[in-house]
Amino acid sequence: MEEASKLSRYLYTVIVLFVIWLFMTASLDPQELAFGFVLSLIVAALTYEIFTTGGLSNLHPKKLAYAIAYIPYFLWAMIMANLDVAYRVLHPKRPIRPGVVKCRTVLKTDAGKLALANSITLTPGTITLDVDGESYFIHWIWVPEEALTENDEEHVKVTSANITNPFEKFLKVIFG
Amino acid sequence: MIGLNVYLALIAIATLLSMYRVFKGPTTVDRLVAVDIMTTITTGLMVVFALYYGRMIYISVALVYALLAFGGVIAFARYLEGGL
Amino acid sequence: MNALAIIGEALVFIGTFFYFLSALGLIRMPDVYNRMQTSTKSATLGSLGVIVGVGLWAVGLGYSPAWIVQTIAVAVFILLTNPISAHALIRAAYRSGVPLWEGSVVDKYGEHIRAKERDNVESPETVPEEGGEE
Repeated sequence: MEEASKLSRYLYTVIVLFVIWLFMTASLDPQELAFGFVLSLIVAALTYEIFTTGGLSNLHPKKLAYAIAYIPYFLWAMIMANLDVAYRVLHPKRPIRPGVVKCRTVLKTDAGKLALANSITLTPGTITLDVDGESYFIHWIWVPEEALTENDEEHVKVTSANITNPFEKFLKVIFG
Repeated sequence: MIGLNVYLALIAIATLLSMYRVFKGPTTVDRLVAVDIMTTITTGLMVVFALYYGRMIYISVALVYALLAFGGVIAFARYLEGGL
Repeated sequence: MNALAIIGEALVFIGTFFYFLSALGLIRMPDVYNRMQTSTKSATLGSLGVIVGVGLWAVGLGYSPAWIVQTIAVAVFILLTNPISAHALIRAAYRSGVPLWEGSVVDKYGEHIRAKERDNVESPETVPEEGGEE
């Protein structure tokens, strides 16, 4: 991914820090706003180099729209995950068939991979064990029959279709 | 309306159950997972206490507690991996 | 008591129920990986429910709207950090040698690590003392 200009990265950091300040203080008092703005300017000057590489292009309307659409989708997946967990915990026979499976992703950036790993951890029966390049190793509490083939390619295809692909169509746009 | 005391009791029961795993857990990671769950529950407990006493400042305490607990768990995990 | 307070109280109740469920999962599951599966997810959703529920409830009771903003900040923080600590813990469990449960069906990560070690051993010529136990 190409690096954006210094000014754009700096401004993006200032905006993000100021939004965080607004949430933390939860007040619209002009004195607090001014102090927060000054602090954002100072902290951004010190940290923008490691904070972002994309700069203001991260705030592209299309990306924002996808990010907002991702929230209800993700919350719904999370609620389904918890009903699934409730079923497994409360069922007297404890229906689990765990295993560590391998997945592949198409995401390129580190931020995208982090978001995907976090999303996987919070959704039905899966938890990210390790990420190596574009391979994800995932502990799955109920490995389906189709994934139990000796053929590595087929295995990766089945698991990726089940675990990573539903999120990738959002995260590909948000993080590139 | 049941009242806040019932929720506090439920949270206390959940904490006690996790405490069982802390004492029993066969491996160190088991105990650590239980402690992680307990810190998450405690964060929720602090927010409930903020409502119990009607003071918004206690929510900030919960935020700082969550931050410190996160750092602690990460440090322990790195130590167990052997890469501190 | 208005609608906001009732929604908030319902969310708090659901959240505490999921807390209870996560502690139960911690006790019932057979090994550390499955315990993490059940307890991390439930504890995270439970926290979301309790924290956002308290915010809504407080606004419904007549406190300032700043409550809901601050509680959402805490909830987002929990949502971002909890999966990371779960991931760090489960990797620490695997690396420190906790075996998978005997009912596990597949272990691709173990294969991956062993393949990598083989490559590392084959390329440098210094093979460490093999068969020293004989």
